[in-house]
Amino acid sequence: MTDTINRQSLRGGEFLIQESFPADTFIPEELNEEQRMMAQMADDFINNEVLPVNERIDHQEEGLMISLLNKAGELGLLGATIPEQYGGFGKDFITGTLLTEKVGAGGSFAVAIAAHTGIGTLPILYFGNEAQRKKYLPALATGEMKAAYCLTEPGSGSDALAAKTNAKLSADGKHYILNGQKMWITNGGFADVFIVFAKIDGEKFTGFIVDANSAGLTRGEEEKKMGIKGSSTRQIFFQDVKVPVENLLGEIGKGHLIAFNILNIGRLKLCAAALGGAKRMATVSVQYATQREQFKHHISDFGAIKYKLAEQAIKLFTIESAMYRASKQIEEKTHSLLASGMDYPHALMGAAEEFAIECAILKVYGSEALDYVVDEAVQIHGGLGFSEEYVPARAYRDSRINRIFEGTNEINRLLTVDMLLKRALKGQLDLMTPAMNIQKELMAIPDFGANDETPFATQRKQISNMKKGILLVAGAAVQKLMMALENEQELLMNVANMISETYLCESLLLRIEKMKENGIANQEHHDILNVYLHDASDRFHFEGRNALASFAEGDELRMMLLGLKRFSKTEIVNTKESRRRIAAKLIGENRYCF
Amino acid sequence: MITLTSTLFFYFYRPSEMHRNKRQNTNEIMKFLVCISKAPDTTTKISFTDNSTKFNNDKVQFIINPYDEWYALVRAIELKEKLGGTVTVLNVGAADNEAIIRKALAIGADDAVRIDAEPDDALFVASQIAQHVKSETYDIVLCGKETIDYNGSEVGGMIAGFLDWTFVSLATSLELNGNTATLNREIAGGHEVIELTTPFVLSAAKGMAEARIPNMRGIMAARTKPIKVISPVSAEKFSSIVSYELPKEKSGVKLISPEHPDELVNLLQNEAKVI
Ligand SMILES: Cc1cc2nc3c(=O)[nH]c(=O)nc-3n(C[C@H](O)[C@H](O)[C@H](O)COP(=O)(O)OP(=O)(O)OC[C@H]3O[C@@H](n4cnc5c(N)ncnc54)[C@H](O)[C@@H]3O)c2cc1C
Repeated sequence: MTDTINRQSLRGGEFLIQESFPADTFIPEELNEEQRMMAQMADDFINNEVLPVNERIDHQEEGLMISLLNKAGELGLLGATIPEQYGGFGKDFITGTLLTEKVGAGGSFAVAIAAHTGIGTLPILYFGNEAQRKKYLPALATGEMKAAYCLTEPGSGSDALAAKTNAKLSADGKHYILNGQKMWITNGGFADVFIVFAKIDGEKFTGFIVDANSAGLTRGEEEKKMGIKGSSTRQIFFQDVKVPVENLLGEIGKGHLIAFNILNIGRLKLCAAALGGAKRMATVSVQYATQREQFKHHISDFGAIKYKLAEQAIKLFTIESAMYRASKQIEEKTHSLLASGMDYPHALMGAAEEFAIECAILKVYGSEALDYVVDEAVQIHGGLGFSEEYVPARAYRDSRINRIFEGTNEINRLLTVDMLLKRALKGQLDLMTPAMNIQKELMAIPDFGANDETPFATQRKQISNMKKGILLVAGAAVQKLMMALENEQELLMNVANMISETYLCESLLLRIEKMKENGIANQEHHDILNVYLHDASDRFHFEGRNALASFAEGDELRMMLLGLKRFSKTEIVNTKESRRRIAAKLIGENRYCF
Repeated sequence: MITLTSTLFFYFYRPSEMHRNKRQNTNEIMKFLVCISKAPDTTTKISFTDNSTKFNNDKVQFIINPYDEWYALVRAIELKEKLGGTVTVLNVGAADNEAIIRKALAIGADDAVRIDAEPDDALFVASQIAQHVKSETYDIVLCGKETIDYNGSEVGGMIAGFLDWTFVSLATSLELNGNTATLNREIAGGHEVIELTTPFVLSAAKGMAEARIPNMRGIMAARTKPIKVISPVSAEKFSSIVSYELPKEKSGVKLISPEHPDELVNLLQNEAKVI
């Protein structure tokens, strides 16, 4: 592996055209003692202080959410990654990811804390000037002040830049006067400070820091929601609200930079929170399955149930592998930007922007993994799963929002492809050369080469083939459709899924390889890898086939389908036996244990 | 083991001897020593190796014994925070115990002592601790009422025995006024209130304090707090574990409807074989 040491780290999206190595990734098995202790602290807090009062939280008992946020502040959970000079603890990005995961098991509370520490606090950290950072960050880090983020309006959701809220400079030049209406504002009921986006003179989309007690700012009623009922969600109205000019955030007309950059980190964090919630439900699932008896057997004895338990674990372990891989990529990029002289907030933001594609993938697949896990948790509980007296029903309802906020999954899938193509156009990513090589490779006689006997050779081959498959499909689509590609969203979704599956497969492989190198990979870890790669290849092929058939036909289509098939090859695995072994491990430990 | 504890208790608590061996408290401040042991997390699946003579440590998540952490340690820290003083934690164990030691430091202990020896016999452990206490100037030595693995409840009383200090077992509260301490003990049907002066040894039971989650600052500070490692003194081990046995696995509960008493009788007779 010495030859990998001096390689340059990959840029965002570059995984698609470059090989990665185990040393490039971070695996949660490598967390150090201090990180584990902090994780344990967050875990203890959620288990001892939050989950026991979940029902009261969901009824929005007066003051409860605020007091829990205050407690989280006392423990340091609100300021973990805020630099020490602004009253935080200056912890690294990976620790931040880990803490978000742990807190993520907390349902409505998790949403409140995520909105406060993420979209509420980060705009000031990244885009605030020194005076703004000094004024707000220490109070946000302790929880003395709670924050919310006002981007969405009744008429503008996914199309956030179409916001109508208006800002106008006062005659004396001392204030901006805000008028408008924001909707779906998390923490809206109690926030002390709002990050608000408005258009100066109806044109220049700009961020503002607005104190909640400003005259003319009013809060609407609580929304009646399907899930996360304990999280406060309200409309916020602005009627001639005077915002001092020194509260303008970032640059005039550059509000979109704030809005979109904050979302990059938000998306990875959403994945982390989803993972935390899902791990908890995987444990709830197995504990119920090992205890419930039907037909004189524990239901965990039944293959149909084992399948679900194993599949929950496979999905979680895989998304976790990708999440920590991306976290390390962001961490490393942050360090290299710091070394080039940037200050910490800008370095971290730059790093997250670099890996925006990976963050979008994590958001989509993290939220969908959670949905799968809670859905099967309900199913494993049978009728009790449908009862509000048991845990799964709430988790099922709470999960659903994750596919909607921080950019809907449709928007994130579109972005995944869009960002890649844009980077290719700008010359940041050379997709062209490898795409041309693939066309050549397809024309040539397949290379049956000598069998590579090194460990994981077939898995590595599958992944390198998947990358070729993406370039085949996307390359042909770009050639054929050019600018019209933008209108072929079905095809873009297919490609997004192919890219995401590949990133997940590779991240999983890197983790297992690294675990093996460290002597900590057991049979069930190999099973997870084998099943995921096996099934992913079918999903990959399915997406590719649909994509190709949407724009090609005749011989050309047949030829590309053959190529796709070659690039979707996988090792045949007895997935039943593998899943049974994974389930047996879960059942033996009676909890999510990977 | 309960009998042993109470014997020790009565022995050391003879009123006439209340003040015997009372050391002049030369400390400006109160010095607490909290003895912590490690125990497997309560969700651990227990198994044994070496022909059932050794506990299988593999993949076991160890925690600070809850009685030591939640009650003894937290109360010592509370008193330190209120009245001043220092809290030292002590563990008899190998180097890999330092993870749990650092947790205690994260919760708020000032420093730690690790006596580098395998803690596999209560008398041995107590003699190690007592030796250390003799070389220092602690005012109060706190233990948990028992560990949740072997549940011996022996060490506290034995330390007091070695030191010839008063021992109060199963204390549910501890208040201090200068060097006079007031403690509550659960006794059958009520509780008793005890007053005594330092130095003494106590074992803490539920109620003495509430579990504390260490905060970020504490966790970060724990890294820089000193852990002094000292070599064990030679001491005889009077017992060794020859074998472990797991309880029989409980079979599932069967519910018999009240309409079928005959089936119940049948099962009790033929399956459970209890009647
Ligand atoms: C509980 C909750 C909390 C929230 N918290 C906040 C908050 O704190 N701050 C904040 O600013 N916002 C918040 N939001 C708003 C959230 O971000 C938006 O709801 C989300 O961005 C979607 O916008 P929308 O609801 O207007 O849906 P729309 O944008 O109308 O979307 C409707 C559907 O159309 C699809 N769609 C839209 N555009 C396209 C396209 N170009 N191509 C393909 N499909 C498309 C979407 O994917 C979706 O399926 C919250 C929402 C909820 C429900």
